[in-house]
Amino acid sequence: MGRSGNLPYLIRNKWLYIFLIPGILYLLVFKYLPMAGLVIAFKDLSLTKGIVDSEWVGWYHFETLFQSSNFYRILKNSLLLSFYQIVWGFPAPIILALTLNEIRHMFFKRITQTILYLPHFISWVVLAGIVMSFLSPSTGIVNHVLNTMGFESVPFLLKPEYFRTIIVSAEIWKEVGWGTIIYFAAMSGIDPTLYESATIDGAGRMRKMWHITLPGISATIVILLLLKLGNILENGFEQIYLLYNPMTYATGDVFETYTYRIGLQQGRISYGTAVGMFKALVGFTLIIMANSVSRKLSGKSIW
Amino acid sequence: MNTKTRFSWFDGINYLLVIIVCAATLYPFLNVLAVSLSSYSAYVENPLRIWPKDMNLAAYKEIMIHPVLWSSYRNSIIVTACGVAGGMLLYILSAYPLSKRHLKGRKIIMVFIVFTMLFNGGIIPNFYLMRSLGLIDTLAAIVLPMMFSGFNLILMKTFMENIPEELEEAAKMDGASEPYILFRIIVPLSKPIIATLCLFTAVTYWNNFFQAIIYIRSVDNWPLMLFLKEIISSASLAAMSSGGNSAEQGIMDVRPETLQYATLMVVMLPILCIYPFVQKYFVKGIMLGSVKG
Repeated sequence: MGRSGNLPYLIRNKWLYIFLIPGILYLLVFKYLPMAGLVIAFKDLSLTKGIVDSEWVGWYHFETLFQSSNFYRILKNSLLLSFYQIVWGFPAPIILALTLNEIRHMFFKRITQTILYLPHFISWVVLAGIVMSFLSPSTGIVNHVLNTMGFESVPFLLKPEYFRTIIVSAEIWKEVGWGTIIYFAAMSGIDPTLYESATIDGAGRMRKMWHITLPGISATIVILLLLKLGNILENGFEQIYLLYNPMTYATGDVFETYTYRIGLQQGRISYGTAVGMFKALVGFTLIIMANSVSRKLSGKSIW
Repeated sequence: MNTKTRFSWFDGINYLLVIIVCAATLYPFLNVLAVSLSSYSAYVENPLRIWPKDMNLAAYKEIMIHPVLWSSYRNSIIVTACGVAGGMLLYILSAYPLSKRHLKGRKIIMVFIVFTMLFNGGIIPNFYLMRSLGLIDTLAAIVLPMMFSGFNLILMKTFMENIPEELEEAAKMDGASEPYILFRIIVPLSKPIIATLCLFTAVTYWNNFFQAIIYIRSVDNWPLMLFLKEIISSASLAAMSSGGNSAEQGIMDVRPETLQYATLMVVMLPILCIYPFVQKYFVKGIMLGSVKG
């Protein structure tokens, strides 16, 4: 269709474009305007002057960031926490999905799925409240068990060495069941005749799981793993903010919480923006890389 | 089938594993419920309980007369209702045109949308935007920033792409306008995905803490999660100072710890009530939405 075809096309489909207007306006105001607001990172923002009239300082805030020892601490914390989240949290739903898939009692399966999806819908504030009570040194159940076994109470939430374990365990408890759904979707796409011919060849359940089910979901596994690697700087604000305290900053402080404390609580707005921008840029680069790897490996784009 | 009758060691391990995981998932809920109905001394004596002892509703009575509970409950309902209604309208309006493969400019608009999923301005520019719009300390500051996400939009768009086009063609022949087609034909056919996204959005708003802690200042505008955070903080302070040897208090005595358990139940209640009924929809909705067209 040439240029001349465009106007009649637009008139004929005017409603389609009118429908798109609210969504596009929304994204412009609430997503793209804040991106433009990243210029704050290159200025010395004073709230009385506003963005336009504040002075330009170039890369000053980024230089401050890279020279600060806090930066290396939060970078290390963020990477290590993500590393443990992947090592423990990534295989968990795969194993659970494989296990659930072998259960043939349909009623039992439905009940267990109902139970296992539930924690996903519970807020982090609720879960943090439960974690704090369970780990409480005076009345918590964990220390109650330790005490009955003859050990001293441990103030777990005040010890930096336990922080990652606590966060990763809570996240696994919350999301392991939910994480199985996407693998079930992949399993439902496996050709049933593969199982039938394997049965005829005398393959046991374990072998079928290993040689048919697992390869059948391997593309999904690879894509999800790449997505996790692309989001390696994302640790989640709520769970960490709710469970950390000055005693555990050494292992618990990550980009999200640091930006919030520095930028909004201490009012170093420009510096905080620079911290956030660094994270957003690295995250963007990583996810683009993950996507191109995914395209090469499986021919599928992540999004 | 003869496989149904044989119960092998393989089944045994499988069932055992699944039962253990289910028990671990359910335990915190049962424990919170049991403690919230027990006296404080019963809690201190055995915090592991999943069955109440000295059963009473004292903690619930105490929390029910807390004035902030009701204002924050109201605020959370307003935020959730507005967020779901606004979000659904935006998703439906945007997903429909984008589900049309012939739409000119579709690719560019998709890039425009996907980019917002990969890159963002971050906490502080968002805060600055809300400040410039004069929305700090208003419920709108919680509702607006998360009303519309590229992820949900793509789920709905994929679903609509799979609706047979013949239905629309027939309506068009009869002279139906696009708004009529969208709201009278496409929307009723998209019920599973709309139900799924309603649930997801409602839960996101109900559970949200991040926007609230950043934008809300006055107690009058607290949503439920800020109220719960306050109750939890006072409970953990009490737990630190009490040292655990105060079990000799009266049976009906309500302490911050048991009060916290009751509040947890009150906050979770709407989700626990709705969840079993919508569960069957969302699994279907996700599966249908995630199949790439």
